[in-house]
Amino acid sequence: MGFLEELKALLPGRVLTGEAELAPYESDALTAYRKRPLAVVLPETKEEVVGVVRLCHRYGVPFVARGSGTSLSGGSLPVEDGIVIALNRLNRILRLDPRARIAVVEPGVVNLEVSRQAAPHGLYYAPDPSSQPVSTIGGNVAFNSGGAHCLKYGMTANHVLGLEVVTPAGEVVRLGGESLEGVGPDLFGFFVGTEGLLGIALEITLRLLPRPEAYHTVLAAYESLEKAGEAVSRVIRTGLLPGAMEIMDRLAIEAAEAAVKAGYPKAEGLLIVELEGEREEVEEEAHHLHRVIRESGALEVRVAASEAERQAIWKGRKAAFSAVGRLSPDYIVQDGVVPRSRLGEALKEIQRLSQAYGLRVANVFHAGDGNLHPLVLYDGKKPGELSRAEALAGEILRLCIRLGGSITGEHGVGVEKKAYLREMFSEADVEAMERVKASLDPKGLANRGKVFDPQMEAAP
Amino acid sequence: MTLRPENLEEVREAVLTHPYLRVRGGGTKPALSAPREGEVLLDLSGLKGLLAYEPEEFVFTALAGTPVSEIEETLRAHGQYLPFDPPLAKAGATLGGTVAAGLSGPMRWRYGGLRDFLLGVRFVDGEGNLLRGGGKVVKNAAGFPFHRLMVGALGAFGVMVEVSFKVFPLPPATRTLRVGFSRLEEALSALERLRLLPLDLLALDLIPPNTLELRLGGFPESLRRRTEKLARLLEGSETVLEEDEAHWEGVGELAFLGESPIWVKIPSQPGLIPRLEGLPLGPRRYMAGGELLYAGLEEGGLKALRELGLPHLVLKGAGTPLYPEPPAAFYGPLKKALDPRGRFPGRPSPA
Repeated sequence: MGFLEELKALLPGRVLTGEAELAPYESDALTAYRKRPLAVVLPETKEEVVGVVRLCHRYGVPFVARGSGTSLSGGSLPVEDGIVIALNRLNRILRLDPRARIAVVEPGVVNLEVSRQAAPHGLYYAPDPSSQPVSTIGGNVAFNSGGAHCLKYGMTANHVLGLEVVTPAGEVVRLGGESLEGVGPDLFGFFVGTEGLLGIALEITLRLLPRPEAYHTVLAAYESLEKAGEAVSRVIRTGLLPGAMEIMDRLAIEAAEAAVKAGYPKAEGLLIVELEGEREEVEEEAHHLHRVIRESGALEVRVAASEAERQAIWKGRKAAFSAVGRLSPDYIVQDGVVPRSRLGEALKEIQRLSQAYGLRVANVFHAGDGNLHPLVLYDGKKPGELSRAEALAGEILRLCIRLGGSITGEHGVGVEKKAYLREMFSEADVEAMERVKASLDPKGLANRGKVFDPQMEAAP
Repeated sequence: MTLRPENLEEVREAVLTHPYLRVRGGGTKPALSAPREGEVLLDLSGLKGLLAYEPEEFVFTALAGTPVSEIEETLRAHGQYLPFDPPLAKAGATLGGTVAAGLSGPMRWRYGGLRDFLLGVRFVDGEGNLLRGGGKVVKNAAGFPFHRLMVGALGAFGVMVEVSFKVFPLPPATRTLRVGFSRLEEALSALERLRLLPLDLLALDLIPPNTLELRLGGFPESLRRRTEKLARLLEGSETVLEEDEAHWEGVGELAFLGESPIWVKIPSQPGLIPRLEGLPLGPRRYMAGGELLYAGLEEGGLKALRELGLPHLVLKGAGTPLYPEPPAAFYGPLKKALDPRGRFPGRPSPA
């Protein structure tokens, strides 16, 4: 029996090899890249996942684990002649223990579903990537996904307490536990964000938090992006720690308006600040926040008076990415990070680059943590425009490195930013990462060709 | 033999010259930093100083041997602090030692532990390479997160030389409420109830057998109302500690462990507390909503923990500090990749 026959015997009726069946798996949300896998398998239990990984190891077949495919960095792009392990059927919440404030979930569970199930207990799962109604926890773990609340609550790594993992060599290990505290090296913390290169998470223990008692959400409009950015600095200087601080530029505002009619004011820059916590404390903090916003020269200030108004403010922000699709047939979402105090400088430079390259760039960003999301608009049907857009996006990443930041805040390196990893890290740093990869995955099978340069793709 | 490097080059040289090394910062966790037979002691206390701190960024970078207390003083002058509340600061703990031991204090309850505030490290691996993990911004997902690998690793993967942390604004005022119950079961049930409420407590500790201590932080105007609300919720015999600063400083120094010969950290959970309370553990305090236990023991207590297979870390007073060993199938390859010659502690036991 060959590899495919053994695979089919292992997962009867759940190995896809037909052209039409494979097509939906050829790319993830970064649609500029496509590759046809050898097969797609649909395991339903973790034992089946382990069986598939062991089979791949025995035959030297590369594999890519995949959830809903919302990766914007090409992280779940298939490897040619490799298989895709689609984990969507491993979508059970195995245990939700409110007393322990944890949820033990399978990797295919959709992010928002955890909060939905936790809600009757007054609890929720804090990391909220914009893709949270679709993206899976397994993918969130692979990419250390973020969202609007990272400054205060951290990223996915900060909310994972334990993992069961199958290594690329097919060994099953438990890392971490169920307590907020552990002893010994933080191996599960290290696994989070390694983009599927060191194995597949089979079970994930998440910490849950009590839902904040009160929110106070403010929308402020500014005549320039600089003024909006300056307002963020003022908020920080006051000693406030908002749950979220988001900024959108004019192009992003227009797109959001066209798509969801959030009723945003017309302005060059919009700032959303949200305080959250105990009611008494939020009330007190709101006084301080309003003083700061008043002094920041906002053209217009709106305060959400109800949950419905709060949701309306967030609706436009959350729809911004997809809304930009209305302004342009194609776009690249970039994900660089700069120190917060250099946001103004970064935005000015992005504007200059946009003009130099003759491509529009819309800006939506997590201002509280300096995470930029420039959307580079292009038309893939026009010859040369994609490569120009990629070059412009690359310049933005270099800018982030130059300003002391990072090439990715929450989307990962994937295939998209491979070339820039070596600009952010030294040769020795990347070599050490590659040594770790080779040590855990001697045959180079797990998500081959991602994060590192193509020399890793040397065939077994 | 003791080496006291004063710069990164000297650290690299030490690593390349000596087959076995053990790092010591302030020496406040002697079970982790006392050299074993054949090991050279690498004293990092000379590698200290703040390298970068912009209060508005909520980030600082310092050399690993910098005393925590010096950092806390600098942060405080700008109205900021390390919310994970590093223990043993007054005793001389350093940033690097705190990371290597993976220790947090009572206030880790509010915003998270050490692992949630470490943003980046530079370290020298077992082959003398100076490497970086993470970065110096509050949000970053690039490359393998070597910085998180350093947390609790007891120096197994390399010598940390530089660390970057996220910090937060220091609450302008704090208050502490102490509540006595008649029995452990009652205190425990109150603790479990409080864990589920949106109360934003800085600290929530159980002092067995029957006392809870709750610390609140925030603007003074709202603190009074929040403390009253809490007292109503609890209906115990409560006391408000108006001057709580010195009290929590003592807790952070683990003063309650007193003269116990063995100091351990035990990961806990409220559901585990009745079982832990059945063991001969000596003076102790459950911190962070019952998730973190520091206990002072004698040999019998340590034996009991091992017999029951309860994970723990010995800070002072015994030979093998870590129980259990990390899972070989994942840890082994990492150790081999970063410390192939086994220069640093934590060599996996032969299978």
